[in-house]
Amino acid sequence: MDQGRAYGSKSASKSASRMLLGTALIVAMVVAGAALAQAPSVEAARKEGKVVWYTSLAVSSAEHVAKLFEAAYPGIKVEVHRTGSQRVLQRVMQELKANIKNADVIHTSDAGHFVLLKEKKLLMKYAPKGVEAFPAGFKDPQGYYYGLRATITVIAYNTKSLSAAEAPKGWKDLLAPKWKGKLVTAHPGYSGIIATHVLAMSHLYGWDYFKQLGQNGVMIVQSAVDPAGIVASGERVVAVNGGEYTFYQTKKKGNPLEIVYPKEGVPLVVSPSAIMAAAPHPNAAKLFTDFTFGREIQQELADSEGLYTGHPEVNYPSDKPKLKDLKLLQADPEELEERSAEIKKRFVEYFGA
Amino acid sequence: MTAQAPALPTRFSSRFEGIDRSLPVWLLAALALVFLMALPLGWLALVSVSGEQGFTGAHYLEAFTDPQLRKAFWNTLVMALWVGLGSLALGAPLAWLTARTDVPGRGLVRGLVLASFVTPPFLGAFAWVMLAGPNAGALNDLWRALTGAEGALVNIFSMPGLIFVVAIYTFPYVYVMISNTLELIASDLEEAGSILGASRFSVARTITIPLVAPAIFSGFILSVLQALALFGSPAILALPAGFHTITTQIWGMFHYPPRLEVAAAVSIPLLVATALLLLVQKRLLGRRGYAAVGGKGGQRRRIALGPWRYPAFAGCLAIMACAVFLPYGILAKAAFSRAWAQPLTWDNFTLRNWSFTFFEYGSTREAIVNTLELGVMSACVGAALAALLAYVARRKIIVGHQLVSFLALAPIVIPGVVLAVALFIAYTRPPLLLYGTLWILFLAYVTKEMPVGYSQADATFRAIPPELEEAGRVLGAGRLRVFAEVTAPLARSGIIASWCFIFIGVIRELSASIILFTPNTKVMSVVMFDLKEEGQFGAIAVLGIFMLVMTFGVVILVQRVLGRDFMGVRD
Repeated sequence: MDQGRAYGSKSASKSASRMLLGTALIVAMVVAGAALAQAPSVEAARKEGKVVWYTSLAVSSAEHVAKLFEAAYPGIKVEVHRTGSQRVLQRVMQELKANIKNADVIHTSDAGHFVLLKEKKLLMKYAPKGVEAFPAGFKDPQGYYYGLRATITVIAYNTKSLSAAEAPKGWKDLLAPKWKGKLVTAHPGYSGIIATHVLAMSHLYGWDYFKQLGQNGVMIVQSAVDPAGIVASGERVVAVNGGEYTFYQTKKKGNPLEIVYPKEGVPLVVSPSAIMAAAPHPNAAKLFTDFTFGREIQQELADSEGLYTGHPEVNYPSDKPKLKDLKLLQADPEELEERSAEIKKRFVEYFGA
Repeated sequence: MTAQAPALPTRFSSRFEGIDRSLPVWLLAALALVFLMALPLGWLALVSVSGEQGFTGAHYLEAFTDPQLRKAFWNTLVMALWVGLGSLALGAPLAWLTARTDVPGRGLVRGLVLASFVTPPFLGAFAWVMLAGPNAGALNDLWRALTGAEGALVNIFSMPGLIFVVAIYTFPYVYVMISNTLELIASDLEEAGSILGASRFSVARTITIPLVAPAIFSGFILSVLQALALFGSPAILALPAGFHTITTQIWGMFHYPPRLEVAAAVSIPLLVATALLLLVQKRLLGRRGYAAVGGKGGQRRRIALGPWRYPAFAGCLAIMACAVFLPYGILAKAAFSRAWAQPLTWDNFTLRNWSFTFFEYGSTREAIVNTLELGVMSACVGAALAALLAYVARRKIIVGHQLVSFLALAPIVIPGVVLAVALFIAYTRPPLLLYGTLWILFLAYVTKEMPVGYSQADATFRAIPPELEEAGRVLGAGRLRVFAEVTAPLARSGIIASWCFIFIGVIRELSASIILFTPNTKVMSVVMFDLKEEGQFGAIAVLGIFMLVMTFGVVILVQRVLGRDFMGVRD
């Protein structure tokens, strides 16, 4: 069924190309691509029965998205396998090496993963419906992966232990010796958000920043979700990084936590999603991908999870800063991929584990 | 096994009269062992020296010169030795008190030791994060409230903290060994000493302690081995503090891009170290094995503690508070709290963690089913195999029975992580692609638990006099029939005990599972570890409590049905 439509739209674009100029051809191809994207067959997806989602989205958020999909498409189950970005990649690669084809859709916060997977020809080329309208930073120019969500990395502190005046205002404030034993960081060897954060920060201040930060006896947790809980519980007073959305959620739940958006800049982390070339449930995977990039879910991610998205029609909660009002620090996916081992190695060197 | 065995002889007896048909069965069991161990370890050794072109020693060079790895080796060694000593300090007095004195609440204390044994060490470590995290930990909060101090009483994210938490879940090994031995020593030897005028102290020094020494030493070695192989507790307590142990390092080598060769090269020294430890144990103990204290126990009189009865009881409870009451208390609190570090007020009370864990979190149900399936299957196959092998070795049925015994006990030198590395290498390639199925976990569990099951089965058969079997043979029954109708019924309770040991071991296993699982073959321990990495305290607490109840439920059920306290205590 998919095939028929694909051929149909291709021949349509061919006939268009005969009549129009080169630029028009490209427009037609894009339209054809969009038509193709609209084409995942619900019937075929239902026959496949499920979609397997390897994701690094915080587990409660991931299960929430899965439930919404299952409600929208009864009869198609979403199997959520949530772990940290780096573990998601590890799983996928380990399984492929053992010739296990399990994952349909893969989603992590380390854009470098997708550069790697694309190079190894492990991704299916697929543009989710409506994704043309997303800003450039959310799109792979070759069309293999697209940013499902974005967050920024920030500082957060416990309001029971610190007043706003005492709290650190910027990244460099964290280097002061008075924070010794009071800080917590997540780990780039687990979290793609933090790997991106570390790379972006190293461009801002150089590795020396982390070397000095490491002197402050920073507690190490794994997920970028975890610092929020650690600070909320009072186990540490200040989180030196972490996904802004998890801090936002934690604060919303009534925990004594406040977020600091350093004006020197905040790393922007765009988390891509892609379909595996060897996806065992390709139709369900396309349907699910379209669903997650659709307005409804993108708005939901903003509302209930506090995430940013690439969708132009999404409205954000009024108590969150607008991305355009922040100085955003970008990390290049290619560089993230190339320097992934170095980032982890340096982190271990400076922080101990 | 007790269920299957009777079917065999009747089915075959008419056709093969006169041949001892049991031989193939024994050989098969022995062969299974070779496959469980020889193939994976062979691959491990091969991969550890294989480079891009041919053989290389580079991986070993890295294992020994990389400063991070050297630090990790050292940390592991320090932790393991202190855990061994700590386990002795906790386990030995507790065993003596419950086995030989009139301390009150002996049954209770034994039940609590069982609870500590059943608790996965990583769960205990996780609970202790909530108890003794330097700033938010409940005990430190209490300390600050009571004394007005600024700092913390204890920082669990430290080497001493790690040692403490590992020791309180490792001492049951020492406890079981020593209390079993003490139960076997007839008190008449000690009384003879007293009658001859020796003081209570010199009786202890010259009679009791020498008799128990092998058990003390074995308990120490066993605790050290457990600590060496542990993954979960260091991952939860050492990594946040910025230090590694060798197990967390090996696990890290599986992260992308994987460094399997180095993992193998680091595994082998760990393997050699554990093997050496056991060798030392053998040398030091010489011929003084359990046989020295074996035999049929005579009269045992309990030592009256007098005024020390209740202080001693309080001491027992204090240990058990650390291992059981406090951790499960805080887990229960976290399971019903919105925010675990806040007081459990009405506002903070919630059932959300439970509904999330069981109805929203997709991995829960599958993990419970997988865990139970693997637990029961490994326990049944493991206990059966252990019984067969122990029987073969004890009755010297085949040539090379010493080898059978050696092989069955050999996995004790293989730390879980190392075993997992070996199995991963061996079974992610043809001809046997087991990775991605429950079978690879099953192999790991059966192999890992074999020594425990085997020791238990061996002790059981040692207590059954061969004369009974010989009588059966004289009357014309084949070996298998005698085994099924004479030996097995006598050995039933011992085999049940080994079933329980294997079952518990499987349920709490993390260090091998964490490397061998795939998303479709998650077990409860792996799910909890996943949740831990994301800081989902409520959900872990719920699963931890559920796991304890489940394990206790199964063990009590099995004991009820078969009527025996599996920790080998007679009352």
